[in-house]
Amino acid sequence: MKTKNIMIVGVGGQGTLLASKLLGKLLLTKGYDVKVSEVHGMSQRGGSVVTYVRYGDKVYSPIIDKGEADIIVSFELLEAARYTEYLSPEGTIITNTQKVNPMPVITGAAQYPENLEEKMKNAGIKLDAIDALALAQQAGSSKAVNLVLMGRLSKYFDFTQEEWMTAIEQSVPEKFISLNKEAFRLGKEV
Amino acid sequence: MKSLMLGNEAFARGLYEAGCSFVSSYPGTPSTEITEYAAKYKEIYAEWAPNEKVAMESAFGASLAGRRSFCGMKHVGLNVAADPLFTIAYTGVNAGMIIAVADDAGMHSSQNEQDSRHYAIAAKLPMLEPSDAAETLYFTKKAYEISEKFDAPVIIKMCTRIAHSQSVVETSERVEPEQVPYEKNGAKYIMMPGNAKKRHPIVEERTALLTEFAETSDLNRIEDGSDKSIGIITSSTSYQYAKEVFGDKYPVLKLGMINPMPVKKIRDFAAGVKKIIVIEELDGIIETHCKSIGVDVQGKEIFGCIDELSQNKVAQKLGEETEKGFSIGEDVPMRPPVMCAGCPHRGLFYTLKKNKLTVLGDIGCYTLGAVPPLAAIDSTICMGASVSGLHGFNKANNGSSDGKTVAVIGDSTFMHSGVTGLINIAYNESNSTVIILDNSITGMTGHQQNPTTGFNLKGDPCAKIDLESLCRAVGIKAENVRVVDPYNLEECDRVINEELKKDEPSVIISRRPCALLKYVKHPGPIAADPDKCIGCKSCMKIGCPAISVTDKKAKIDATLCTGCGVCTQLCKFGALGSGKEA
Repeated sequence: MKTKNIMIVGVGGQGTLLASKLLGKLLLTKGYDVKVSEVHGMSQRGGSVVTYVRYGDKVYSPIIDKGEADIIVSFELLEAARYTEYLSPEGTIITNTQKVNPMPVITGAAQYPENLEEKMKNAGIKLDAIDALALAQQAGSSKAVNLVLMGRLSKYFDFTQEEWMTAIEQSVPEKFISLNKEAFRLGKEV
Repeated sequence: MKSLMLGNEAFARGLYEAGCSFVSSYPGTPSTEITEYAAKYKEIYAEWAPNEKVAMESAFGASLAGRRSFCGMKHVGLNVAADPLFTIAYTGVNAGMIIAVADDAGMHSSQNEQDSRHYAIAAKLPMLEPSDAAETLYFTKKAYEISEKFDAPVIIKMCTRIAHSQSVVETSERVEPEQVPYEKNGAKYIMMPGNAKKRHPIVEERTALLTEFAETSDLNRIEDGSDKSIGIITSSTSYQYAKEVFGDKYPVLKLGMINPMPVKKIRDFAAGVKKIIVIEELDGIIETHCKSIGVDVQGKEIFGCIDELSQNKVAQKLGEETEKGFSIGEDVPMRPPVMCAGCPHRGLFYTLKKNKLTVLGDIGCYTLGAVPPLAAIDSTICMGASVSGLHGFNKANNGSSDGKTVAVIGDSTFMHSGVTGLINIAYNESNSTVIILDNSITGMTGHQQNPTTGFNLKGDPCAKIDLESLCRAVGIKAENVRVVDPYNLEECDRVINEELKKDEPSVIISRRPCALLKYVKHPGPIAADPDKCIGCKSCMKIGCPAISVTDKKAKIDATLCTGCGVCTQLCKFGALGSGKEA
């Protein structure tokens, strides 16, 4: 099979790393060759962060380049817009509709662009936008945004519910398992 | 068992499996996790050294004692450790020794883009360059064999994309090598001129033997291709990009050993293809070698020596089509990294900016004090350069900059190489004021302990450097060593001005633990009172990500605000911290 590319983007501190680890583990148990690239160090401090997850029969490059992503999962709306160049022509963006102002917007040096969802759709992008923050809060914690988005992402895979649940159990601390499973369910079903 | 591992985790696994029992490193992105993962194995003694030079010398000592040892660092850390490196190259080892150096092409978290492969050539040491996690594990074990067989420390060169990418590895059991007895051998280990003169020819012979080894070792392999019009010579992550673009189309000579490189193997490979393209990140190390042995190749004229490569860059430079993706037709605002909400550095930098001081900066989270709106830093060079730079700046200005210039340096960076600069300030008497930003942790690399924190790498309590005593001991007068709380703006402003007025060297310790440390308890978010807020934006001068002003009213993001109270002190109208959120 051709190597599949999933980009997970967001703001440093939002929990993108956990999402990519969960996905990587699951893909490995399914027998794929997998590569997951992370960003550490300075860029983590509230900056724009990107994680690449690639899987297939044989994966070479650890990174995803422009025009290659089959799915972009974005934890924040502006970040979804930032990485549209990376989406493949047939790709889909799954995005949280939450907005987190970057420093240039906070200081007034720049404006947070308006109507981003509409602009992305107008550009021909297949967009799957959900209010992951509200769903995470409904599940019990605003920190569960990552599992809401994983639940959404699961709709694009034909893995069983059980396989996803096992991956969650292996990736999150025990006391948060039921909360995260609920967040996953909400993201999938809404 | 198959599992997904970061390159750095696989490196640690390789150390474990090869029976390494001593690890000493200084943290630096992207090398840090090798040592953190190694510390999880109870069979390995692992520590954070105060700097890379100490780490390398300690690892050498462990090798001398007969135990397989390791030290890890980022590319610029190898500059600090270059002194022992060049002489350990002469002495060789007793038990195997590995040095990890992690380059950061693309400068994701670094101040320069140096290519550390130059060091292997300059120091005449073997260097291996893995291209994924599985190879990292294998190369680590192989490196100990090479180190012991050829009597040389072996450098393993990582890069961001290998260090911080997870890929599939297969693990195996640990071997437990016998301790190699230490025997006195002055001719080998005492590098005074008479002995060193005899060691240098041995180093040259060793390189010749290693070159022979490189001809046949499985570290360098040829992967055949159907189209012989081009042959590719490559290594590290560049190999992955080349295979991503061309698959099995062109023959590839994949070099795992980057110093010394084979000669015959490259010539034979060249004989089987029409032309050769070298794909490598940063400098033309492989290219230069090929040309030096009379093999005509193209490399840097196509790819240049700036930034990291990627599959699209490789494809485009070689005339292949790539996809474009989508454009929404407008610029998206940047999202640069920022100091966290509640960061203790913020109040201090606000004070420096307010007093219009010239600020020589250093390496750490606080480098973000250079970013608007704080924009309080004038220079950033390397670890420790703030303190020594300040001394030179003030001396050269003959007193005209004394009361207007400071150095800022973190606690870990101060222990790394700031203290020597402070000794110079005291010894050579410059009227300089150094501010130590003591957040009680090594922050930027992800919370590593250091000699000022009272805990070691394994998390156990240990001796704690007392910064005040240390500053006094190097010659700063007791009354000129001051401590301030950076959350207290009045105190910061007063003490900084008092110390700048003095005609003697001084140190101000700005002390508050990093807001992200688990043990730090925050008062909790404050609220902005819209009735009192007049929209003057005074609170925006500190660049706190938890504060925004919309419709001329300040607003606090309760999910980010820690309640540090710095903004409260800036508001003349009592609008922050007293009222209810609108």
